[in-house]
Amino acid sequence: MEFSEHIKTANVEDVVLRQPLHPPSRGTLCITGHHLLFSDREETGTRQFLLLLKNIDAIEKRMSGSSGTITIKCKDLRVLQLDIPGMEQCLNIAHSIETLSCLDCASEMYPFFHRPSDLSLQDQWGLSSTEKLYSQMKELHDRWRVSTVNRDYSVCPSYPPAVIVPKNIDDSMLKKVAKFRQGGRFPVLCYYHRKNGMVIMRSSQPLPGANRKRCKEDEDLLQAVLDGSDKGYIIDTRSSQQATQARMTGGGFESKSSYSCWKRLHRQMEKGKALQESLIKLVEACGDESNNMDRWLSKLENSKWLFYVQTALSTAGLLAECVERDGHSVLVHGSEGKDSTLLISTLAQLIMDPHCRSLEGFLALLEREWVQAGHPFMQRCAHSAFSHARLQQESPVFLLLLDCVWQLWRQFPLALGFSEALLLRLATEAYASDFGTFLCNSHQERWALGVMERTHCLFKALLRPRERDYYSNPLYEPTELAIWPSVHPQSLQLWRGFFLRWTQQSRHLEEAQEEIRNMVIEWGKLALS
Amino acid sequence: MEHIRLPKVDNVRLLDRVSPRRSKLGTLYLTATHTIFVESEAGVRNETWVLHSLVCSLEKQVATDSGCPLLIHCKNFQVLRFVIPGEQECHDVLLSLRRLSQPESYEELYCITYKPNVDEEERRQEWDLLDLKADYSRMGLPNSLWKLSPVNQHYKVSDTYPADLFVPESATPPVIVGSSKFRSRGRFPTLAYYSKENHAAICRSSQPLSGFSARCLEDEQMLEAILRSNPRSDFMYVVDTRPKLNAIANRAAGKGYENEDNYSNIKFKFIGIENIHVMRNSQQKMLEVSQLHSPSMSDFLEGLESSGWLRHIKAVLDAGIFIAKAVAEEGVSVLVHCSDGWDRTAQVCSVASVLLDPYYRTLRGFMVLIEKDWVSFGHKFSHRCNHLVGDPKEVSPIIDQFLECVWQLMEQFPCAFEFSERFLITIHSHIYSCQFGNFIGNNQRERTDLRLLERTHSLWSYLWTNRAVYINPLYREDHSQTQGLLRPSTAPYCFKFWRGLYNRFDRGMHPRQSVEDYLSAIQEETEQLEEQLASHKQKIAHLEKEQGWNSVTQKSAPFDNSPTAWAQGNNLNMANTPQDYTGGFITSSPVSLKHQTAA
Repeated sequence: MEFSEHIKTANVEDVVLRQPLHPPSRGTLCITGHHLLFSDREETGTRQFLLLLKNIDAIEKRMSGSSGTITIKCKDLRVLQLDIPGMEQCLNIAHSIETLSCLDCASEMYPFFHRPSDLSLQDQWGLSSTEKLYSQMKELHDRWRVSTVNRDYSVCPSYPPAVIVPKNIDDSMLKKVAKFRQGGRFPVLCYYHRKNGMVIMRSSQPLPGANRKRCKEDEDLLQAVLDGSDKGYIIDTRSSQQATQARMTGGGFESKSSYSCWKRLHRQMEKGKALQESLIKLVEACGDESNNMDRWLSKLENSKWLFYVQTALSTAGLLAECVERDGHSVLVHGSEGKDSTLLISTLAQLIMDPHCRSLEGFLALLEREWVQAGHPFMQRCAHSAFSHARLQQESPVFLLLLDCVWQLWRQFPLALGFSEALLLRLATEAYASDFGTFLCNSHQERWALGVMERTHCLFKALLRPRERDYYSNPLYEPTELAIWPSVHPQSLQLWRGFFLRWTQQSRHLEEAQEEIRNMVIEWGKLALS
Repeated sequence: MEHIRLPKVDNVRLLDRVSPRRSKLGTLYLTATHTIFVESEAGVRNETWVLHSLVCSLEKQVATDSGCPLLIHCKNFQVLRFVIPGEQECHDVLLSLRRLSQPESYEELYCITYKPNVDEEERRQEWDLLDLKADYSRMGLPNSLWKLSPVNQHYKVSDTYPADLFVPESATPPVIVGSSKFRSRGRFPTLAYYSKENHAAICRSSQPLSGFSARCLEDEQMLEAILRSNPRSDFMYVVDTRPKLNAIANRAAGKGYENEDNYSNIKFKFIGIENIHVMRNSQQKMLEVSQLHSPSMSDFLEGLESSGWLRHIKAVLDAGIFIAKAVAEEGVSVLVHCSDGWDRTAQVCSVASVLLDPYYRTLRGFMVLIEKDWVSFGHKFSHRCNHLVGDPKEVSPIIDQFLECVWQLMEQFPCAFEFSERFLITIHSHIYSCQFGNFIGNNQRERTDLRLLERTHSLWSYLWTNRAVYINPLYREDHSQTQGLLRPSTAPYCFKFWRGLYNRFDRGMHPRQSVEDYLSAIQEETEQLEEQLASHKQKIAHLEKEQGWNSVTQKSAPFDNSPTAWAQGNNLNMANTPQDYTGGFITSSPVSLKHQTAA
């Protein structure tokens, strides 16, 4: 393997590893193409510690005399420290970690080498597909169809090959609509509300530009969505000012005159750099134990993270309210339609649709709305909160989603079929994974690399019996009702499980979850006997 | 009754704070003890009862077309917004309530007239539920190191201390009396907690009257006696819970703090908890933030920060941790005081006890602790909680802060406490409600003079009778979190805003499903099933023995696999109520929609 050229020192003896919640241990450090491996030689037997190099966000090295210390900051917010004897060895190790953790060639990443014994590459990849979903939902068949206009990804590079569109809009029209939408992301169906037949569509921004161009096919498509209903809503995740400004660069919004039946609602949602900086600030604040109360609260406020959580949940609430309460269809978009758009369409579905709240349902929802819908995971999750690398496309939108889902889970502890542990696992996997699910930026890229043939699917793995138990919510009692989150500042909390994951406090909370699980198991045994 | 100018007002509107759309129309009644609002919607008889003694402030706002708004703030943090049709009616209601909510004598308090359906014998027994002497003997006292002193019988030495006090074996009455003369209000150093395991003790007192240079031999001997009662330790801590500046200022008034040079083998330390006035203002600011109408996240966090409330909570907890560690880890005794030794001292001693002793984390133990450190040692409940009309500068949420410290600990250690948040909230309510006699008056002597034990009911007995409601289902006596000294983190991020108390009545803000209720239901069922199983097994064994039957596996009756928790205290109907995401555009007129939409 060509990784070897980056590994000058593969093994070092007598290294001390310090990690949170464990006493320091002494042992052998080993660097491979994908992993950092540490095995200690305690009298109680050897223990191994394995870390994906991809999980490493930043390192700091400090030399003193003939030895050195490497501080490793992981994307899952863990901070480790290695005391390495020998300056040269230390520098070599640091160099290897720095290089190997940043390799950005997807096809060389670990998922292509990960071969667990209990999963087969022959298994069908993924939980569902557009076609399968469509065939299961008979309600759709009257007015909607599956289009494969994008089968070779030429109409929209970031869409999957098959999408659901209004029946009377043919593929040639779709091609024209795609030209009128940024990145070709024409409006597609993402949710059908069984109770009243209303839908959520999502897309990218239209491209009227400064000349206020129109596209008849785009207007027809949206008209077809309404199907005789008097109006629909467009939730634009930009402020109206931002949307207006977008015209200068060729973008824009659906004007009242061209789309007379659609009411636009603007809700500004931060993404991109602002969100990434927010995460960095929050993690920094959580890591500084010397803060006094005032400094902590002011840093927490200043990071704005909870404000973004609040905005996301209330915009999703608005979307769900339009569909469920007001009984109208909604089109959601911002500019690209790959970030905030997915965030609020996902949350709205959790609020309204009981099917999305089971463990499988939730994973399928993520597969549909994030993986297949083209959230660019590789760009967004290239770095996490510690990296000093110049920010490119990084943005923790997916993490924000998980935080919002956690808030829902806190407010409706019986209504969701999965546990906090699942959300934590997903937060880790999105940044560094043994599995192929979050590789690449689109369906097309995954197809080109053979991800579906040559890697394993995380969602499948999470549904193996042992995992399923662990990631299920023992208190799950499905309800058909919508679960409307409270978005008052008092109702939203810092996600301690994630941001303070490696502290003793989180252990106490985990113990409580364990206790809950045991109580339910105990009760279940007796009730069934 | 003479205070009620208007017993009934029709067509009163009760506004919902969160969404004005959900206001209710009904009739307002004033009775001798309660304000009652009865909704007039057909079919349902929904009532809101507010005890007059819980009313904290009243505010009549400017009349509008729809009527005259009357705002009632309660001591349990309920805020009611009524709109009364006529201005004069509103004025009459205001004047009546103002008088009813500010009783002028103890005889007017609700506990005197509160007569639940129990006979005199039972009522008397209520007061026997907790016995402080039993708690001292649980600690192993009296023993060869500590003795029960009769010195304060009839409250002769300190009229704000209880009659029964534990002092070091070597402390003679002249030393005690001498020391008491050198301490504010005669509150000499006396035992609050004793650790059987290592003989370390927590003692409490008021500040010494040291001024700039005064000394008192007996007081020095008293501290030495305390040190001697901890044979394994060669020094003790003296903790002044005040900020240093405050303590220094007190010297000018002939009070102050211990000079390390005059007392042998003490280590003196300031802790810096602010005084009652700072705490009162801080809570006021914090409550204003919690009651803002749809604040942004920034408004809320900034407001919380500038209120300083969580900073004060952290200070109290930090002090408690210092003392608990001194006792448990160093085996060193600690003398704690502030100025008078009934506010900060009570907070810090009781927090330390909760951290040290798992017993105080049980339901009964916690009641004992409040009875001991707060009630018996003379925390001035009636002044601090404004039970009677009085000096507003005496009012301060000192006990609230203690309850909140315990809540913060419960959030960090979900399995360590036998009781739940509901228990704390109920206690909080009744400290202010004056429904029970426990917290009336400012010290034991006053309570004896008021003959409260003969005339009122005890909260402790009420809580104990209903304890099933207050149990934390996650508590297990043998859980690792339950054992020994609690070691909480006081990193600022561990402190949370206590929504459950301060926004208790804003139903929409709370989790819409309760894990606690679900688990309690499961727990109850598990116990029942275990009993059934045991009795079946017994029957089978019995039959086998009697008749020599082979064991037949019995299939028990089919069991409903779903716990009853959904029905119990669960607000899923609330779950079907959307919040105000829209600024109200959906149910309001299309005109307002235009504001939401870009031109």
